[in-house]
Amino acid sequence: MPTISFVHPDSNSERVEVSDGESAMQAATRHGLDGILAECGGNAMCATCHVYVDDAWVARLPAMAEDEDALLEGAAAERLPNSRLSCQIKITPELDGLVLRLPKRQV
Amino acid sequence: MSASGSVASGVPHLDVDPFAMGFFADPYPTHERLREAGPVVYLDQWNVYGVARYAEVHAVLNDPATFCSSRGVGLSDFKKETPWRPPSLILEADPPAHTRTRAVLSKVLSPTVMKQVRDRFAAAAEERVDVLLEQRSFDAVADLAEAYPLSIFPDALGLKPEGREHLIPYASVVFNAFGPPNELRQEAIARSAPHQAYVAKQCQRENLAPGGFGACIHAQVDEGAITATEAPLLVRSLLSAGLDTTVNGIGAALYCLARFPEQWQRLRADITLARNAFEEAVRFESPVQTFFRTTTREVELSGARIGEGEKVLMFLAAANRDPRRWERPDSYDITRRTSGHVGFGSGIHMCVGQLVARLEGEVMLTALARRVASIEIAGEPKRRFNNTLRGLDSLPVTIIPA
Repeated sequence: MPTISFVHPDSNSERVEVSDGESAMQAATRHGLDGILAECGGNAMCATCHVYVDDAWVARLPAMAEDEDALLEGAAAERLPNSRLSCQIKITPELDGLVLRLPKRQV
Repeated sequence: MSASGSVASGVPHLDVDPFAMGFFADPYPTHERLREAGPVVYLDQWNVYGVARYAEVHAVLNDPATFCSSRGVGLSDFKKETPWRPPSLILEADPPAHTRTRAVLSKVLSPTVMKQVRDRFAAAAEERVDVLLEQRSFDAVADLAEAYPLSIFPDALGLKPEGREHLIPYASVVFNAFGPPNELRQEAIARSAPHQAYVAKQCQRENLAPGGFGACIHAQVDEGAITATEAPLLVRSLLSAGLDTTVNGIGAALYCLARFPEQWQRLRADITLARNAFEEAVRFESPVQTFFRTTTREVELSGARIGEGEKVLMFLAAANRDPRRWERPDSYDITRRTSGHVGFGSGIHMCVGQLVARLEGEVMLTALARRVASIEIAGEPKRRFNNTLRGLDSLPVTIIPA
């Protein structure tokens, strides 16, 4: 079972175990992690599960689709080159150890 | 309507009518009966399958290839009956046609656009609260839940000032028409002609102010995303589904916060909970109670075999209170983790205006919580009856300034 880490803006880190087929967002909400709202429930419609992907991992994620790209423009916190929506990051065994940084705000 | 006799064995038959006045008055015992009878049920009254548990409602919403929308999302099967109005290009469409029109409305109502309208929506909420604080006692439906969206949404769309009184009656027809041919539906359609005429006219490009959501939809014609004949019908979707839904959403939030004063005090203590207080009200009351899908093939759903061309009724409201999914489902809790509720649907047809609804709800509850110490119910609330929408007709309240 892959494990991923969410780093809060205060640098505190939380490790989360991911079940088969889950997205990073689903794993976060299932564990009750603060900092991921996911208002639309993972339908790529709200931009409230915004994360900054750790530099070491950016290139290892599949490219984003057009709708994710457009939604990130409207994210509440600043969009950076490593911004992604965590509902669109499906966790595969290769992503074991992934580090995602949480923005200061989601709305 | 299906007259199929091929009802799967093992599927429990129920004699409940989820479109009857008695049901609307108190749907919760029936919701429980529907959920507990089985994962899939059959409603003999209208010859349709029903799903009321969260898992099955979510599954049906997220399999649009099997459970399609193009045959109508009401009881009427567009393959067998002529729709009462030209079908919606987004609500009553399947991929790939749906994908293109959906992209247009998603862009027009995107998070980026919400950032642009946010200050205007918040200022209008403050102005409404100014008026209400003068009044002290008022009808929270007419003077707040209706008055606030009416003060911003038609302008945001770019509608002319004349004729806006048709908007809520038109939406009421649309949502009644998803129901069976009962009195509510028949009467609504019989009286719909003037409302339909108004809406058809307002959807035309020349009647929509520059910069509004309506004009932005028409601008997509110039981009080649949609045709000039499609644009008015997409504007119609915002007129159909953009107002009465938020009226009932805001009304639901007020009704909850007035009934559960400890939740109101929690909100006052932490105003950043306003957005979730609205979201939780959408889960708890589910302003849009039901939608149908139609099967495109024979399918097995949680052990039940459903034939092709069958209508499946999804009880969104029952799923939102399914104890299999929610802890203390019958409690309104503004700190609840609401993500995953199906009050806005789920999947490719999930409410395209959800960001508008949340923005309206958030800024209105924020304005109220800052300046109002308490909301007291001052008279018997009256229910408004609709085949799809759940909400109140009037809610007399008295507010005490903070």
